[in-house]
Amino acid sequence: MTLLSVRDLQLSIHRAPILHGLDFDIRAGEVFGLVGESGSGKSMTALALMQLLPYGGTSTGRAAMGGENLLALSERRMCALRGREIGMIFQEPMTALNPVKTIGDQVAETLMIHGAASRRAALEVARERLDRVGLFEERFPLDRFPHELSGGQRQRVCIAMAVALRPKLLIADEPTTALDVTTQAQILDLLKGLVEEEDMALMLITHDLAVVAGMADHVAVMQAGRIVEAGPTEALFRTRAHDYTRRLFAASDHAPARQVTRTEKPLLEVAGAERAYTLPRTRPFGPQSHFRAVKGVSFTLHEGESLGLVGESGCGKSTLARAILGLDVLQGGTIRLGGEAVRAGHHMHRTMRAKMQAVFQDPYGSFNPRWTVARLVAEPLHLLHEPPADPAARVASALEEVGLVPADARKYIHEFSGGQRQRIAIARALILRPRLIVLDEAVSALDVRVRAQVLDLLAELQSRHGLAYLFISHDLAVVRAITDRVLVMQAGEIVEEGETGRVFDAPAHAYTKTLVAASPRLPPDWREDDAARQTVV
Amino acid sequence: MLSFVLSRLGSLALSLVVASLVIFAVVQIIPGDPATFMMGLNATPASVETLRKALGLTGSLPVRYLHWVGGMLSGDLGTSYTYRVPVAGLVLQRLQVSLPLTLFALFLSLALALPAGILAAARRGRGADLTVMGFTQLGIAVPNFWFAMLLALLFALKLHWLPAGGFPGWKAGVLPVLRSLTLPAIALALPQAAILARVMRSSLIDTLGQDFIRTARAKGLSSGQAVRRHAVRNALIPVLTILGLQFSFLLAGGIIIENVFYLPGLGRLIFQGITQRDLIVVQSVVMLLVAAVIVVNFVVEIAYALIDPRLRRQA
Repeated sequence: MTLLSVRDLQLSIHRAPILHGLDFDIRAGEVFGLVGESGSGKSMTALALMQLLPYGGTSTGRAAMGGENLLALSERRMCALRGREIGMIFQEPMTALNPVKTIGDQVAETLMIHGAASRRAALEVARERLDRVGLFEERFPLDRFPHELSGGQRQRVCIAMAVALRPKLLIADEPTTALDVTTQAQILDLLKGLVEEEDMALMLITHDLAVVAGMADHVAVMQAGRIVEAGPTEALFRTRAHDYTRRLFAASDHAPARQVTRTEKPLLEVAGAERAYTLPRTRPFGPQSHFRAVKGVSFTLHEGESLGLVGESGCGKSTLARAILGLDVLQGGTIRLGGEAVRAGHHMHRTMRAKMQAVFQDPYGSFNPRWTVARLVAEPLHLLHEPPADPAARVASALEEVGLVPADARKYIHEFSGGQRQRIAIARALILRPRLIVLDEAVSALDVRVRAQVLDLLAELQSRHGLAYLFISHDLAVVRAITDRVLVMQAGEIVEEGETGRVFDAPAHAYTKTLVAASPRLPPDWREDDAARQTVV
Repeated sequence: MLSFVLSRLGSLALSLVVASLVIFAVVQIIPGDPATFMMGLNATPASVETLRKALGLTGSLPVRYLHWVGGMLSGDLGTSYTYRVPVAGLVLQRLQVSLPLTLFALFLSLALALPAGILAAARRGRGADLTVMGFTQLGIAVPNFWFAMLLALLFALKLHWLPAGGFPGWKAGVLPVLRSLTLPAIALALPQAAILARVMRSSLIDTLGQDFIRTARAKGLSSGQAVRRHAVRNALIPVLTILGLQFSFLLAGGIIIENVFYLPGLGRLIFQGITQRDLIVVQSVVMLLVAAVIVVNFVVEIAYALIDPRLRRQA
């Protein structure tokens, strides 16, 4: 039975067209996946259905649900439907809850706002719904505040809130993108369970093909405001009739062709690294407690080697990276780069800093917006004893190395896309010809196709210059594609270490096994048809 | 929460000690001999020496400081050199005017600013917003003494609704006091309300752009409900900060308004103390004002913690 039938959905924001006539149906009790890259209009489709469009947005067409056209309803009527008939959860659980209200109040509010229950009864339902999403009374009483919960727990609260009134349709917009893989697996399980138990339809919006492959009955692929292909999930992914689907599919687990540049000469030697942070006292004059972020970590990274560092958020990956880069002091242990000790602060010599550079996650926040690209890329040159005779030529060649043109040097950073910005960040890291580049979640914010291109670029630069990479990521697929060896980090310790393929194919440590099992993957046999089709063509 | 309050109280006490040391140093040590300064150029050495004794300037510095602080703690702020009365009584008398005036003005300022700011933010870019923004622009630009004179001309001289100036004293009853403070309070409140309304508006606009407002809307709240139930409380932190600053400013900063309405307030006392070189009065009133600022900051921090649970454990 069709629950929601969308026909010719058009959307424009300040007269700029965003969606160009979407048609799709969602059946009662099914999981409908909407996949596509950022900017393809996935989220806007959801917001149009909810009539929660940003300022200046207007939508036309039909979205029939229960005999009503959602796109033509009054605001008053929509308020009655939102939360009751259609629930919605969003990507960023850290900011999705009101920080000054308790979780009990926020879940109960869904019932109270619709006049479904008195405050007392609403709080009882809230308790029951929080239990259902796995937040049990002993650890999560109703008077907890959001800041006392982790990201995954907050997303559970959001789900409890969205399903409090047992809506017929739940729209989940990238519900697990901001979460760790193990948490992601738990949240996806929870959503699946709710769909089955409550006979609720789920519209799952995601950029991650593997997630949608494991969840959705039907899937629609979006590109630039259009649905280019739709159908039952397995059949659609096996056939991949549309060129765009094929490209997405290929990029989603793209492994760049890599040459072995690894040597046996140690470049970075970390021995017994310790870093602890002081926690605020729980009561006045109480004992001072510490959080040990990095607990006696030791490893060696060789010249020309690509070493992965995986683990969940909060495991100490970034703290370790900061210590290696000399941005943060260690309390114990040593770090040596090319035989010389790395010491944070002013003790660290410029020549040491010049030997290693970093590329960070956020391609939007890691550049000064008022500087030209030339100045941004040339900035590390001050680390050299003698400034180069022709910095402009150095900038131009660095830009060419990362696939941009020298003329880009005159532009400002806002003129570039996320992928191009990450290329500029790599150019900035390359300009000093460092021995080591620390890549901290450097491709995590990028779309799959752009990510594949950047991985290709990294592989190419490595074989050309014999660079060593320390590649920090929570994404096992990416780490598998770009690294020779991998370190698995849990709660400040390295729990497993070895050749990347061996570690991921036959994990020895329980934690590595959990990580590998939780990582969503496209079923390997779905891609078999690929080879068959290519031989026909 | 208790540990938060205790730790804040600790820093309150520390701030008071530091402030008293600074004020003591500035008034008693840095400008040279206060007695000579107060007596002027033509004083005889004998009369300067008498004054030095009267001012308690004869002992060592630590003894003088402890004597001054001990006096303040027991309510003895010394004797005013020009008025020849205890400073404590003088200050208390002036506070009877300044404190109610400040509170009255703050109340008016809040009563005007919060609704105006909320309305403007909720109807951002539309008529109501533009109107509020226009008035706040005016409120900030026009000097408050000019407002004060206009108010006096209209409501006192023309309409005879309220007195044009003077303070009847609390013995005359609450109503006459309120009547005498109404026009000055409005004159003080208008510019403050204009600032506060702008702060409220921009803070609320920021809050309305946050994810949890979208979550609230997805639950079925109307935009008005989302503002009332979720946004306003979250937007109050910067408003409280400004409010705390305004209290301290109004307590002594109303000197021009006090003059326009001929009110015997703290502002005038300190002004007279300075012009008459009465350092005892100046030192005491400055310490009092600094203490008021510190106490108000303490109250504001407690209010932050009441509003936002995240701030309760950052002791």
